[in-house]
Amino acid sequence: MSMIAYYFRLALRSLRRNPVLSALMMVAIGVGIGASITTLTVLKLLSADPLPQKSAVLYYPQLDPRGSASTKSGAANAEPPDQLSYIDAMYLLNAHRADRQAVMAAGNFALRPDPVNGRAVKGFFADARETSADFFAMFDVPFLYGSAWTAADDDARARVAVISKALNDKLFGGGNSIGRTLPAGRGQLRIVGVLRDWRPTPRFYDIESRSSFGDAEQVFVPFLTARELKLGLDGSINCWSNSADIDHLETADCGWLQFWVELDTPAKAHEYLDFIGAYSAEQHAKGRFERAPNVRLRSVMEWLDYKRVVPGDVRLQAWLALGFLAVCLVNTVGLLLAKFLRRAPEIGVRRALGASRRAVFLQFLTEAGLIGLAGGALGLLLALAGLWVVRQQPADYAELAHLDLAMFAATFAAAVVAALIAGALPAWRACQIPPALQLKAN
Amino acid sequence: MELHPIVAALRRHRLAVALLVLEIALCCAILCNLAFMIFARLSSMQVPSGIAESELTSLTIGSFRGDNQGAAADAIVQQQLAALRAIPGVRSADAINSLPLDRNSWYTEITFTPDAKDPVALICEFLATTNAVSTLGLKLVEGRAFTEADAAPMDSFLPTAPVAILPLALAHKLWPGEDALGKTFYMGAHRYQVVGVVEHLLAPVVHDPAQADFTALFPVAAASDTGGSYVLRAATADRDRVLREAEDVLLKISPTGIISDRRHYSEVRAQYFRQDRAMAGLLAGSCLLLLLVTALGIVGLASFWVQSRTRSIGVRRALGARRGDILRYFQAENFLIVGVGIGLGMACAYGLNLWLIERYEIGRLPLLYLPVGALSLWALGQAATLGPALRAARVPPVIATRSV
Repeated sequence: MSMIAYYFRLALRSLRRNPVLSALMMVAIGVGIGASITTLTVLKLLSADPLPQKSAVLYYPQLDPRGSASTKSGAANAEPPDQLSYIDAMYLLNAHRADRQAVMAAGNFALRPDPVNGRAVKGFFADARETSADFFAMFDVPFLYGSAWTAADDDARARVAVISKALNDKLFGGGNSIGRTLPAGRGQLRIVGVLRDWRPTPRFYDIESRSSFGDAEQVFVPFLTARELKLGLDGSINCWSNSADIDHLETADCGWLQFWVELDTPAKAHEYLDFIGAYSAEQHAKGRFERAPNVRLRSVMEWLDYKRVVPGDVRLQAWLALGFLAVCLVNTVGLLLAKFLRRAPEIGVRRALGASRRAVFLQFLTEAGLIGLAGGALGLLLALAGLWVVRQQPADYAELAHLDLAMFAATFAAAVVAALIAGALPAWRACQIPPALQLKAN
Repeated sequence: MELHPIVAALRRHRLAVALLVLEIALCCAILCNLAFMIFARLSSMQVPSGIAESELTSLTIGSFRGDNQGAAADAIVQQQLAALRAIPGVRSADAINSLPLDRNSWYTEITFTPDAKDPVALICEFLATTNAVSTLGLKLVEGRAFTEADAAPMDSFLPTAPVAILPLALAHKLWPGEDALGKTFYMGAHRYQVVGVVEHLLAPVVHDPAQADFTALFPVAAASDTGGSYVLRAATADRDRVLREAEDVLLKISPTGIISDRRHYSEVRAQYFRQDRAMAGLLAGSCLLLLLVTALGIVGLASFWVQSRTRSIGVRRALGARRGDILRYFQAENFLIVGVGIGLGMACAYGLNLWLIERYEIGRLPLLYLPVGALSLWALGQAATLGPALRAARVPPVIATRSV
């Protein structure tokens, strides 16, 4: 232990002797670590599990109702469409074969709020989710006031809505707005619930419409209520027949609905897959599905992976940063080598006075580790600066980019490990220096 | 200059030289690919839209859906268009479903026979009132623009007017080597004849640059199929005022309406490419940092060599070498090392590019980048060595007579 303290003092002295060279090495390590941590933080943020406590039991069923020779599909695209048609989604919803199930579509419609404190509020378009009652329990959506609507409300096409905290703040000053009404389309929606801050990232349940990393919706309305009030839709609609009538989506051959199920055990998931397979076979026999059963049941993370939610740019940046770190490391190895070998006479003397190779090796490794610590501190500052730059970027995920504790610790660990790796080769070379030769040279 | 003594000297520092070569090679490989990615992004941002971008502004008026339908909606759109056209400074105005690069796309497959199952292309439909060719400023290469008589209502999501205007790129793709004018194609059961060909008409979303112009313009009656979106053409200087007045005019006609997407077209393009621009900036920043780190490495090693050879420099000076000789020695040494690094680096750059092509949507690295990257690294090496080499050149001959 006392030897380590001694090496530590030697290292400090050595670093002070060549302040410029020492600074160069710290900067090299710091820049490499800073760039890597910045991009890895963003990558981690984007590939995170949006609902860690439940994502393993949530599944996204897909069916394939397309025509056999249908166009962009054909043999080239064996994957079923991403969304369900109304007929199929309502069948699955009403079958109640899962522990929980919800149909949903992205909506966007005009809200014309009642005057607040006698002052008229300008109408605006709000992003909405038109869904069914299980949505909230299935996704663990937290409520500030009130609660979700019920399945009975779904069936009765009740004029109810759940609103986000942000919308509640905007329209009702953050107060308890349960029971207040919200004029939407031709109807009046009664507010039954107000959410707490809720922003699953990425917004896994619908990554087709809008951005995967944006805010959650402002208004949640029962799906059938929204259809009856003709509230606007905002998602993509993919039709597999050119004669599809998009003015009557209830009967059209178009996929436009997302559907999620909760299946609490793997056995249930297996059963559900069989269930949608059997349904497809039945529809195929009837002639409604032209293809043989072609179904999928992906879990949340499988679905995000399949949809390639993490932008390619971000992966590319992460590789780039690692390449960058490699250049910085090679650089540091070179500089350490130069520095250590210049002290060959000193090493020779120490070896002649009885220091073992191991002692010399440890001494130089200590110095490398010290450089790593300093580089890590610099890297941390650079990572904070880098994440600040990321937050200024126009991407939707940008504002979420913050250094977390794990990354904070990883920065230092990575820097020290990097410096030790960089120091191992030069330290090994240094400890090979024979004592006698150096003494003679002097 | 004799290279032999340089090589002989470098042999004694094999490990340090190898490290420097490795660093240069890595830097060269990353740098060439980075530069290529930056220029690819910048050039993709220049894709021509075919419309008079600097003179266009657009806005959308929405209302509670289902408020007006059919004839009533048509009448309102006509009334709004007339009012917009009456604004001083507005050269023309049309209703249109989307604009190039506004991400509001409406895809349809087209075929050469009715209801066929073998589409020849997937295109984006632009649905506009009949004056749109002149409002957008599209450049007609042949044929004619639409006339009032062409307008017809929509049938679900297909226009019923049997005419279409295509951009050149799509016309070439559909009828290679032939004149597209007068040719016909189908969408579902509907038949369309090409009455005009325009130079460009960029899609609302560009997935594949080769298909950026796979679009077609169709005339529609002033129905709400255009989603209540209007595009106005006015002199660039008038745009701000025109947009303000347009909003007032629309709200006067529909007091309960809600205006959205109110913007100059230049903002649409800027918005579409903002992430590419940011990415290009980030990549350029990484390039600079990479060069900086490499330069620091070269400076560090060169300084070390100069210091450790102070005595031999003195000896050379004492034996008659001039300052220039010493300077040139170190510069040549760096030239040699960087040269080897670049040779390795260009191979690595090519390999890295192949790997990136496989994993990301990146094109093949043009060979021109390799010599350019090499030259810039050589320049960097020479500049970084200059300081230490000058210090070496200042070593006085008398050093040779002193012991270390």
